[in-house]
Amino acid sequence: MERKLPKKLNFVLTLLFILFVAFLLYLANEKLDEYMLRVVRLIAIYGVMAVSLNLINGITGIFSLGHAGFILVGAYTSALLTLSPEQKMMSFIIEPIVPWLANVHTDFLTATLAGGALSALFAFLIGWPVLRLSGDYLAIASLGFAEVIRIFALNAISITNGPLGLKGIPEYSSIWWCYGWLFVTVIFVASLVNSSYGRALKAIREDRVAAEVMGINVFKHQLISFVVGAFFAGVSGALYAHWLTTIDPRATTLGPMLTFYVLIMIVLGGLGSISGSLIGAALFAILFEWLRDLEEPFVLFGMRVPGIKGMRTLVISVIFILVMIFWQRGIMGREELTWNNIYRWLKRRGESG
Amino acid sequence: MTSPTLDLSKKPILILDRVTMQFGGLVAVDDFTAEIRQGELVGLIGPNGAGKTTVFNLITGIYHPTKGKIVFDGIDITPLKPHQITHLGIARTFQNIRLFSDMTVLENVLVAQHHKFTNPDADRILKINGKSVKRMANFWFWRSVLKVGYLKFEKEMVSKAKELIEKLGLSKFMHEKASALPYGDQRKLEIARALATDPKLLLLDEPAAGMNPKETEDLMRFIERVREEFDLTIFLIEHDMKVVMGICERIIVMDYGRIIAEGTPKEIQNNPKVIEAYLGREWEGV
Repeated sequence: MERKLPKKLNFVLTLLFILFVAFLLYLANEKLDEYMLRVVRLIAIYGVMAVSLNLINGITGIFSLGHAGFILVGAYTSALLTLSPEQKMMSFIIEPIVPWLANVHTDFLTATLAGGALSALFAFLIGWPVLRLSGDYLAIASLGFAEVIRIFALNAISITNGPLGLKGIPEYSSIWWCYGWLFVTVIFVASLVNSSYGRALKAIREDRVAAEVMGINVFKHQLISFVVGAFFAGVSGALYAHWLTTIDPRATTLGPMLTFYVLIMIVLGGLGSISGSLIGAALFAILFEWLRDLEEPFVLFGMRVPGIKGMRTLVISVIFILVMIFWQRGIMGREELTWNNIYRWLKRRGESG
Repeated sequence: MTSPTLDLSKKPILILDRVTMQFGGLVAVDDFTAEIRQGELVGLIGPNGAGKTTVFNLITGIYHPTKGKIVFDGIDITPLKPHQITHLGIARTFQNIRLFSDMTVLENVLVAQHHKFTNPDADRILKINGKSVKRMANFWFWRSVLKVGYLKFEKEMVSKAKELIEKLGLSKFMHEKASALPYGDQRKLEIARALATDPKLLLLDEPAAGMNPKETEDLMRFIERVREEFDLTIFLIEHDMKVVMGICERIIVMDYGRIIAEGTPKEIQNNPKVIEAYLGREWEGV
């Protein structure tokens, strides 16, 4: 028999948990220094990226490697909207900015929503050809499209300022914006996953042909998942741009590297688990900052070790491989951290022990 | 070719009209013409590689025939996609069980009801509590995510699914992963999932494959019960002669993509062509 907590208790516990997290964030906002606070905000931004990619890769089973493309679209769109006309005029030194972009100036929320919407539109257009493919072919094609977007950003100088990128983006991504959007993302995706649609998406992941024969329009459902995932990727891009304050189309900032970082987060946390994605994102953000020391000169057992650039990426990879050996399905697998599941685990432990 | 058991008073529900399927140089199904009538239980048999499963794949739209026409319930379904054909009322199971293995038994059955809401013109099945929910199908995506007027339909779907699972005797596995079920019950679950789509015609692809005689016997009773309870027309592929001869009213025999015989179980058993296809021709020199 399935064991469940009463609905009311479940609701109260969830509410208490949210209030508790909000209180912790308030404390962090007041007490932590600027640097720590940046990491705390980054966790939420990575969280949005991870949850949105998890919807596409983990829940629907579309092996997409194009996430950085969507993040880039969101980042550029929002940054171009929040930069003031004077700033834009000053920074576009190779070629002047196109007139229709020069004078638009919006608030952060509008810019974020615009970033998400444009990203979703891109996903819709890219989805038509890409989702006709499957497996490795889809992965390659989506990676290719993401690169096309990046190369476009590199070369459309009068729109994106080309290789110079955009500088002086206002640092709007406060702790409340970041965690607010993370909250919206998690609620939306979780609600989608726990609906008739979510079951259909999981069915497509489990067996595409059987899903089709059960009356599910596979292409349409995959497109929905792709577009919703891309919307939140665009949102995360907007948050990321206003966290970085400087964006450019190099491969290491908004290129394939970022896709692989997000992929590491969701595989680490467990493909198909939203709570896993959050755990993966937090672990990745913390480890990646913590390991920054490896790239500075340091003293180990009395020996002076010179700082090696790229060392932390190497260490992260080793950790990643180790996790994959011991937890093949990631930390959470496909399970979710819900009160019901915690209750069940505790109960089981109580019975066996 | 008409057999004596063919009840002409019943209207044909599925018509395959000179259907041919070619894969490159291989003709998997060759000029296949058959009729299934309302309420019949028809068997499709033949040696390995005769093209039986290909016929099912053609009916369910996984393949589209090179030549010929397939009509279901008065509608030409030849160009339709699998999900559209399911909306019209054909459900199937697979030879090598294809359950959604990482989902629970309940979820497997629930998935099969999803299409009722995403299909804009399935007025026939879009009824909950006797009310047409066609209007609900609009914005169904947003309704289900934002939970606007969604929960009562979810409840209805769950209670329908539970009822079905109980009827088929799988309720003790309700919240188990499909992959954790014993083999025979996985077959039953596949049938339950197919029934949840509200079909008029059920296609069973080797339901008794890999079962022992006892399980096979149970399955035969199970199929007969399901047929009666859900008022179904059943078309099944089977290797196990005991099943075919035991429950089918009419049998179609295929070899090398062609129909070589059709008739009652008794007629088929004594048909020299069938014996030849299964056992080979007697060497004439002896």
